[in-house]
Amino acid sequence: MISSALILCVISLDSSGASNFGLANTSINVAGNKVDLRGNIPLNELGQEISAPPAAISIIAEDVAWDAGGVIKVSWQPAAGTTSATKWIVERSEVLAAGQGAGQGLGQGAGQGAGQGPWTFVAEVPIAETNAVASKLSPDASFFFRVTAFSPNGSSAVTTTKSAATGYWNFFIGAKLPLFCAILLVSACVIYFILAARRGRPMKVRRIAALEAITDAVGRATEMGRSILFVPGIQDMDNIQTVAGLTVLGNVSRTAAEYDAAIEVPTSRSLVMEAAREAVQASYLAAGRADAYNADAIRYITDEQFGFVAYVSGRMVREKPAACFYMGCFFAESLILAETGNSIGAIQIAGTAESSQLPFFVAACDYTLIGEEFMAASAYLSGEPDQIGSLKGQDVAKAIAAIIIIIGVVLATGAAIAPQGAMPAALEWLKGVLGS
Amino acid sequence: MAEGSARIMKRLVPMWIAIIAGFVMLLSAFFPMTESWGETVGDVFNVVAAIAFVLGAGSLAKVNLAKISRRDQGWGYAAITLICFAITLVVGLGKFGVPQSTQFPLLGWSGEKDADGSIFGWIYEYALVPITSTMFALLAFYVASAAFRAFRAKNLEAILLLSTAFIVLLGRTFAGVVLTGWLPDWASGLRLENLSVYIMQVFNTAGNRAIIIGIALGVTATSLRILLGVDRSWMGSGD
Amino acid sequence: MSKFITILEGLDRRWIFLAMAISVAGPILYIGITGKTLPETPTPAARAVYKEIEALSPGTPVLISFDFDPASGGELTPMATSLVHQCAARGLRMVFIALWPLGPQLIDETIKRVILADYPNLKEGIDYVNVGFQSGNEAVMKVMLTDFALAFPITKNGVAVGDVVALKGIQRASDFPLLVEVCAGYPGAKEWIQYVISSSGGKIKMVTGCTGVQTPGLYPYYPVQLNGLLGAIKGAAEYESLVNSSLAPKDSTAAIPAKYLEAQRRMGPQLGAHLLMIALIILGNIAFFAQRKSKVRATS
Repeated sequence: MISSALILCVISLDSSGASNFGLANTSINVAGNKVDLRGNIPLNELGQEISAPPAAISIIAEDVAWDAGGVIKVSWQPAAGTTSATKWIVERSEVLAAGQGAGQGLGQGAGQGAGQGPWTFVAEVPIAETNAVASKLSPDASFFFRVTAFSPNGSSAVTTTKSAATGYWNFFIGAKLPLFCAILLVSACVIYFILAARRGRPMKVRRIAALEAITDAVGRATEMGRSILFVPGIQDMDNIQTVAGLTVLGNVSRTAAEYDAAIEVPTSRSLVMEAAREAVQASYLAAGRADAYNADAIRYITDEQFGFVAYVSGRMVREKPAACFYMGCFFAESLILAETGNSIGAIQIAGTAESSQLPFFVAACDYTLIGEEFMAASAYLSGEPDQIGSLKGQDVAKAIAAIIIIIGVVLATGAAIAPQGAMPAALEWLKGVLGS
Repeated sequence: MAEGSARIMKRLVPMWIAIIAGFVMLLSAFFPMTESWGETVGDVFNVVAAIAFVLGAGSLAKVNLAKISRRDQGWGYAAITLICFAITLVVGLGKFGVPQSTQFPLLGWSGEKDADGSIFGWIYEYALVPITSTMFALLAFYVASAAFRAFRAKNLEAILLLSTAFIVLLGRTFAGVVLTGWLPDWASGLRLENLSVYIMQVFNTAGNRAIIIGIALGVTATSLRILLGVDRSWMGSGD
Repeated sequence: MSKFITILEGLDRRWIFLAMAISVAGPILYIGITGKTLPETPTPAARAVYKEIEALSPGTPVLISFDFDPASGGELTPMATSLVHQCAARGLRMVFIALWPLGPQLIDETIKRVILADYPNLKEGIDYVNVGFQSGNEAVMKVMLTDFALAFPITKNGVAVGDVVALKGIQRASDFPLLVEVCAGYPGAKEWIQYVISSSGGKIKMVTGCTGVQTPGLYPYYPVQLNGLLGAIKGAAEYESLVNSSLAPKDSTAAIPAKYLEAQRRMGPQLGAHLLMIALIILGNIAFFAQRKSKVRATS
């Protein structure tokens, strides 16, 4: 009583009716927070009560259009003024079929009403953000959403959507429309020229030295009585470069069969081994040399990148093939293979679409197919009008890409020079069309 | 008749599987209703690749055993290959030396196969890691010999290439700072380290973008040829 | 002189290998004995990596993907160490995944080297988690876009990801504000950009550390799709110096642990090797021009 009598008590009431104790009437609770003498109302450093953060004023939930379904965007408007809240918690509650019970969530009591599932967590977003995306929802199911502001000392009242929103399933993913159009354009170019070639329109392809050299390389191996080594890359059949490599293998093995040269094909994937065996066997059959086909010459070594290259390098140094072909997807082992082949004096022809490995092949091999030349190899070697036509279509698509690049460069340069003119708007339009 | 059915099984069926699977994968990227079909195709590929591994391992064993039985030159290495293969397979599958998982301490074989103390982990740590690192380190030696042999200033393009190589080689090391660090701030763009960044960000980026675009179009055209059944040479020549 | 040219023309490559071994071993020994490293001036790309991680507030989840194997460890382990060091110091919630089969072991080694050694207060499952490896390459990335738990159902320790505190609030890839990718090939940074970053509509930022041969191919993506890029051991050394200078106490004279100086230590051998290559190119061209000159003389 004496201690409380000695305490100076200055009480004033503010307009909201909250007490405003002087600092002398404060104490520290167990958690180390400043509280009033009653010990249960949190106070700020000035001894003023910290009130619960204000709730959001309104909340809306809308379906995200042109998506794969099950995605709803929730946005809300926070109350004006400052707040002690640090985050928003967004929850959802599914609208159930008749007869199912009411929901609860976060200890805040029952849900909106009967016919709703329990409130479940959707997202936690920082206080500065005012939207969230709920995804992986059941397509065509309806949901109510609510948002609550949380501060270290409490939470606001919930703000709930007035009506349920549904994440409708759409037929097409709209965000990918530019990509889809680009694929259609390129495909149209390729198909048009395939059809044109079938109608007899002559198509000219420039000479690709590396592919012309295949016959010479196989002939050299035959003359020297040594084998041919063909490495179809280190990736699996799901990589288009491996498929392209196998098309070249078919051609090389056919030439080898005709010249009666031995061919060896070490592979880094079991599936590639099987596909390579099929390709080589078919080539030997087509060349009328089915008896010369040796399945064991096409063998699986190991999936491990450097284990594979250790085997191939050792094999090259021991067996000294006269011709080495590296056609497919390669990584760091490309230089090891190429330098080893160079050290044994083999003629080397390489082809890959891995731009990081092209410099090594160019430096160390006699001939290199660079990127799209490698992709064009099967068409070039077959000589069929259909396939040559597809190369022409590919070139037309490249010309279209070049024109778009030039237009973009002109617009970007113009926008940089004259930011106030029409160029920036045109540039933004082009970016929007291209989906960037 | 037999020839016809062989042709169907060896040529037509694989071609149609490739065409259907390819279009499903393409469409699943754009049409939500086909998304699960694309995932199924991917799963099928993973399963087939896993089964094919058995064939690969079988081929490995067959070739090496044949080499041993014929006493071909170097048959000892074939024996080492098979012994290492068998040991790794057994200790990996059997989880020798693997402690129990902390999550499930009462269940046998619950630990990770490469946990501390396991033989499989020992093989990884003391055999695989040093060997693969050594093979990767060979690149440094081969780059030097390739540079000595191949980088000749034969023409203007080669001279430009060599100049760029010198700038980047020096700019990526402390030598660049020593050689051009004295340049004043208004000429800092000529310092080797800044020049090499400029070369990478401007010239290299432009060249790489062109190659990437060309490759992308080449991949599209090649894929179309396969999807339309125009190019069947990946199955072997002959029709 | 002509004898010198003749020697150069017929130089056995093994002499070149020996010269390379000496040019690399010499600086390694010198740095090992003296402990001195060469000073590094970070480039904008390396600074960008540092800034992106520094901009995240403590407790923010960050996805760290180890897509490399021990063969590339020489270039990538030091940058992985520094990346985890900065993330741990920043108090970020680290979620480790791997799309290469040997990635999880490298993750474990990095956790042991950095977190367990220097940040023992960080709890596994709460402050960081090793989710492990998942096969499927791009397919895993595509699934992660919409459902992280479907792509990685359990952690490396066999715990369901839904039960892991460190993964609270993570439903899909875009719930991570930042992806830290350390890659050596395929699948790697390019696939992440193509399948995840491009589809996320800017919700996820990405910084990557890659090997030297990949760096030219990734520069086109910087700085739009890639917010930061550490190229090869040089990038690792620049970034390492940034992290060390920011984390070292200003008044402390204690030496920085060697594990946080690995990239800078490796710049010495890189200097030696680069100077040797320049010398070899010059010598090769001397031999080439001398040979050409003698051929011209012979024909005339």
